[in-house]
Amino acid sequence: MVGIVSYGAYIPMFRMSRDVLGSVWGKSVGRGERAIANADEDSITMAVEAVVDCLTGIDRQTVDGIYFASVSAPYKEKQSASIVRAAADFRENVDSADFTNSIRSCTSAMNAAVNAIKAGVAKRVAVVASDSRIPAPNSEFEPILGDGAAAFLLGDSDVAVSIEGSYTMSSEFHDIWRKESDRYHWAWEDRFIREEGFEKMIPQAVAALMKKYNVTTKDFAKAVFNAPDARSHAQIARNIGLDAKTQVVNPLFDAVGDTGCAFAPMTLVQALEEAKPGDKILFANYGDGTDAYILQVQKQIENVRNRRGIKRHLASKMPLNNYGVYLQMRDMMEWSPSLRPTRRSAFTFVWRDRKMFYACYGQKCKTCGHIQFPKQRSCMYCQTQDNFEPVRLSDKKGKLFTYSIDERAREIMLPLVRAVIDLEGGGRYYSSLTDRDPSKIDVGMDMELTFRLVFDGKKEGSGFRNYMWKARPVRC
Amino acid sequence: MAESIRDKVAIIGMGLSTWGERWDADIFDLITEASVEAFNDAGIERNQIDACWVGYYINDNATTGLVVAQALQLQQIPITRVENGCASGSESIRGAAYGLASKQYDLVLALGFEKQKDSGFGGLAVAGAPGKVYSMYAAELGAAPGRYALAATAYFRKWGLSKEEGKRTLAKISVKSHHNGARNPRAHLRREITVEQVMNAPIIAWPLGLFDCCGVTDGAAAAIMCRTEDVKRFAAKHPHDYITIKGLGIAASPGWGKEKTDYDFTYWDATESAARQAYAQAGIKNPRKELSLAEVHDCFSIAELIGMESMGVCQYGHGKEDVDSGAWEQNGEIPVNISGGLKSFGHPIGASGCREVMEFYTQFQQKAQEPSRQLKDVKFGLAHNQGGYPGQFVCGITITGAPDV
Repeated sequence: MVGIVSYGAYIPMFRMSRDVLGSVWGKSVGRGERAIANADEDSITMAVEAVVDCLTGIDRQTVDGIYFASVSAPYKEKQSASIVRAAADFRENVDSADFTNSIRSCTSAMNAAVNAIKAGVAKRVAVVASDSRIPAPNSEFEPILGDGAAAFLLGDSDVAVSIEGSYTMSSEFHDIWRKESDRYHWAWEDRFIREEGFEKMIPQAVAALMKKYNVTTKDFAKAVFNAPDARSHAQIARNIGLDAKTQVVNPLFDAVGDTGCAFAPMTLVQALEEAKPGDKILFANYGDGTDAYILQVQKQIENVRNRRGIKRHLASKMPLNNYGVYLQMRDMMEWSPSLRPTRRSAFTFVWRDRKMFYACYGQKCKTCGHIQFPKQRSCMYCQTQDNFEPVRLSDKKGKLFTYSIDERAREIMLPLVRAVIDLEGGGRYYSSLTDRDPSKIDVGMDMELTFRLVFDGKKEGSGFRNYMWKARPVRC
Repeated sequence: MAESIRDKVAIIGMGLSTWGERWDADIFDLITEASVEAFNDAGIERNQIDACWVGYYINDNATTGLVVAQALQLQQIPITRVENGCASGSESIRGAAYGLASKQYDLVLALGFEKQKDSGFGGLAVAGAPGKVYSMYAAELGAAPGRYALAATAYFRKWGLSKEEGKRTLAKISVKSHHNGARNPRAHLRREITVEQVMNAPIIAWPLGLFDCCGVTDGAAAAIMCRTEDVKRFAAKHPHDYITIKGLGIAASPGWGKEKTDYDFTYWDATESAARQAYAQAGIKNPRKELSLAEVHDCFSIAELIGMESMGVCQYGHGKEDVDSGAWEQNGEIPVNISGGLKSFGHPIGASGCREVMEFYTQFQQKAQEPSRQLKDVKFGLAHNQGGYPGQFVCGITITGAPDV
């Protein structure tokens, strides 16, 4: 039996009320709020969060592959999956691949993972979908798009949700696109996108799936699928023949926004959080074609309950009510030039200490037992040289020992909260605090670590994305 | 076996450039101003100088000792550039002293300078000089105010000061520094301030506000030094008007103190060590009683508070009592930063360690210009000069004194 062994999700902390956009542009843009990635987040860092959530309680060394699905990968040429793999601390002798250019990429990656497992070349493959698409200001997309990620561990043992059947169609269609040269999205007329695209293609594929496996809509406890908006989502449900009240899992348009590749997967995570053993779930994902699945919830689902997933991430949020700050976070304007020299970094630094920067490894002195970060040749405590064992610190919690709040730092999200954190089990981590409310910082606060950008490689950081683990107040 | 430097070396002349935002001056101007004043003060000619040590930190358009040769047209003599962060000024005096004590040279110039105000932006001109490659981890450590502020937060917490009490204690230190600086004609920032002004000033890095931070200053300081036995030879016109070096302490911390869980950010370990070295050489047993003045590296107000405790002039945790009682004011038990300190006199990085020594030199010679700030009966002076950040310091302590004590 092949299927989903575990699941996880991530929703960034910031939420922008659509009223903010309404007041900025002087028009009505709909209800609810958008989840907005912090300035130090992108589709890679959100993917790491979702993967780490998915792997709660599971040995990361058992994973044989990592597939990253996104239409907003920060690199156009250079794999993202390899960064997610390194940050998640998976083995090096695994397959990593990016699936991109279509919002259907997540299910393409799932199909590839299932095929690899069925072929016996892998036992467990992590698939993660993550998107932080940047809509043009005042465009039809600006109120709609949101940021988030979902991850699944696929395997052939300890299966929590089995894949009982699948059906795939490819369709050549232009609904929303960006060419190599485009910063923002093009779109054909919305009525065409809905009526000839989503609302026709998803039901077609679902009908073919049900015919192939001889099931009817009545057999499904829940149904999960994507759509361009809530109204169209309801229309697709009607076209398939689903009961909106009992069967359709409410998508995250109002609470998060359209998270691209991650949208249907996040809705599926939401469904799995509530699913009971025995439930059949219809899962369909559209974009340049459709992947449709019959999923069967197994009793092992009870073993993978304690995730932050959608529900806990949704409840943990901070308002982003300042559109100017949002523009800065997304670097969407030309800003005042500065005489301050830009900070360069070196990829060779990162490469030499890749276990430290990507997977947050410190070291434990085998002579005196002290855990320390960053890594050293000689022990900070007993001065013994080269007698350490590596210790992963990324999943350690800690307490805030001392802090300062720098109002003049060269950061987008001022003020910069500088923190010294003592980790549980030993070790001290010196970091800036992300995802924090500066008015609520105090000594003794509970802290955790999260994979974030330090330099974005635009103005600073020698052209490449500089990531490492930062501290934040325990999220939820 | 190592011997104490005590009284082996004399300072027979000192000089300063004008300190401030020197839009009109480049490094050659600053070096020239300070050195020529020192030459004249000592009564020597520049061509008598056998060797030079120069300390500076940032300047991108200078990397070696050559800048002093260029500025003063010194001809083919050894000139060594030293750099130990903000402690570079102490390092220049230390190098010069050892060059003399080892009898390699007879007359030397020790110099420190910094030109900060060519950067085009406010604040320390150091971060990210062109070509400088950062470890991301270094970037995560951040700038000086935020790093010192970590110590302020930790200090308040450890000694049970409320945020308000802590801020007020630090404010009193800055008020005292400005009070002293306002009376010093050579200081950069000569304006009295009030506790309320300090408390209400914009925050730079909580808990530190604008007036908790020292000025950004251009300037240079210079000393002419010889062996004490040669004072009459080189300073024939003023054979009694000199000071001697009593002790030179310098210590670099292991650098990862801040990453160790047993470091609590409320003491300066390198300062403790450097002070221990310098007191031992100088024969000082009770610094609070024996020192006539202390020039303390107050780049931030919290640096003076913790620096005084770490040097053993004040017991740990008792800084607030001293501040409240006025023990560090001009008429208190030990005048601290009677010059105005880095806070008010200014802090051209590489010059400060040398300039701090000059305050004792000036007070000893009873030449404090403004009579109201002249100290009486001056015997020992301490100059505390440190680079780096809490948990990652290099500290130089120079104790000078009257020749006959």
